[in-house]
Amino acid sequence: MAILFGTQEWADALRKAIENSQSYQEAAKKWEGDLYIIVESDAAYKYKNIAYLDLWHGECRAASVVKDESEKAPKYRISGPFTIMRQILDKKVDPVKAMMTGKVKVKGDMAQIMRMPRAAVELVNCMTMFETVFPD
Amino acid sequence: MWYFVVPEVVFGQDALSRLAELQGKSAFIVTDKNIVSLGFVDKVKEQLSQAGIKSNVFDEVEPDPSFQTVSKGVALMNQYGPDLVVAVGGGSVMDAAKAMRVEYERPDIKAEEINPFISGLGLGMKAKLICIPTTSGTGAEATFAVVLTDTADQRKLSLINREIVPDIAIVDPALAVTMPPGITSSTGMDALTHAVEGFSCTWKNDFTDGLCLRAIQLVFEYLPRAVKDGQDMEAREKMHNAATIAGIGFTNSLTAMAHATGHSLGAVFHVPHGRALGLLLPYTIEFVGDAREELWAEISYALKLKIPKGKKAGPILAQAIRGLAKSIKEPLSLKEAGIPFDKFDSSMDKLIDNTMADGSLIVSARIPTEEETGKFFRYTYEGRSIDF
Repeated sequence: MAILFGTQEWADALRKAIENSQSYQEAAKKWEGDLYIIVESDAAYKYKNIAYLDLWHGECRAASVVKDESEKAPKYRISGPFTIMRQILDKKVDPVKAMMTGKVKVKGDMAQIMRMPRAAVELVNCMTMFETVFPD
Repeated sequence: MWYFVVPEVVFGQDALSRLAELQGKSAFIVTDKNIVSLGFVDKVKEQLSQAGIKSNVFDEVEPDPSFQTVSKGVALMNQYGPDLVVAVGGGSVMDAAKAMRVEYERPDIKAEEINPFISGLGLGMKAKLICIPTTSGTGAEATFAVVLTDTADQRKLSLINREIVPDIAIVDPALAVTMPPGITSSTGMDALTHAVEGFSCTWKNDFTDGLCLRAIQLVFEYLPRAVKDGQDMEAREKMHNAATIAGIGFTNSLTAMAHATGHSLGAVFHVPHGRALGLLLPYTIEFVGDAREELWAEISYALKLKIPKGKKAGPILAQAIRGLAKSIKEPLSLKEAGIPFDKFDSSMDKLIDNTMADGSLIVSARIPTEEETGKFFRYTYEGRSIDF
């Protein structure tokens, strides 16, 4: 069943995918830190969506939809325009390449990200483990 | 979207004379004591003096350079205020120099903070970086990667940012001629691994494929000659070129599992980088296997290897690489590399952890689980072909 992007249901599905992913749990077993995934509006999408994930040692302790960035103060913020984020979810764009070319912005403790690049890749893989539909 | 980044490459006999054409006032030469004793630093200083450039030398770079060494060099650079940084040496020297140049020009960025997600570093405003390799393998003269060792954590860190690529690479085979056979062979296997992984990783691209294939051909043809007779200048020149070509190739695509496992092995057991990679490469080809069978076939074709009907190219290519390694007296297993079993066994968790955390692993066409990584290392210790 396809799940509407940007909803609490989508955040719950992602949390479940993380819990079921041995690859993510292995890759992120030393990961410490919560994060925002921020989908920004662009020509193809008029909304802004923020998903909050509390990730700790391979587990997802919380996943929720946030209305305003100021609601929480996560350790990391990963943001990008809708079109790029959708291409990543559709596996048409490599998430790390998107970060390296500045299409997707990353803010936070870079040293930790550099020590666990596979955690980022596996997190994105988790997002592709269930079918997402996007609002018109 | 992706980039193809390359320094100005000056190659061939007498390439070192490019230094005499440089514009600048003060050069900071980064090197090691062995390179100084071979007289190469004097040659570099002589060329620079022809351009009216004075030199200061930092010769304290160790194999597998640490962050502390980088800090020490930067302190001296701040004292001298160079407008040229000239690295003369192997991969360790050039990597240290790249990191020093970043910290010198951008004191707000520490070496360990170099990462691919930052841009607009503005390097080159204060100092240009010239890299002069004295080994034929690392390709560091043409790459935007730096490998530094975190001595406290027994871990090598691969720091990447395309803006740290050297401004000029001077690839003069005369500086490779004194390499003893053992270093010639291990660094040559390093170049081969760069080329094979650059050609087969998931970020391979049209701009790098040709470079990688040509480098593979050059290594197979000329490495045995360069090892056998270090004075064979044609072989030296071809291997020096192959290393830089492979460097340009892999830095614009990336390296994969042989590097992830090789970095891990090097950090724990201090096996020379190229030796570790060359040893591990055929096993990774076997492990990746069918996921890249078409590419193994392309490499095999370029090397004129015969693939019998019904047979796969991967195992045949792996065996060809083992044949090359054996012919130049490189070890084929971790056991042959002299790693004691008890230390190997007790270090297994660390070897696995390091591998799984290595950035190179993300572009492997087949990514191992932790369990598979442990099994992989055990096979490579015993010299068993990968069959899982």
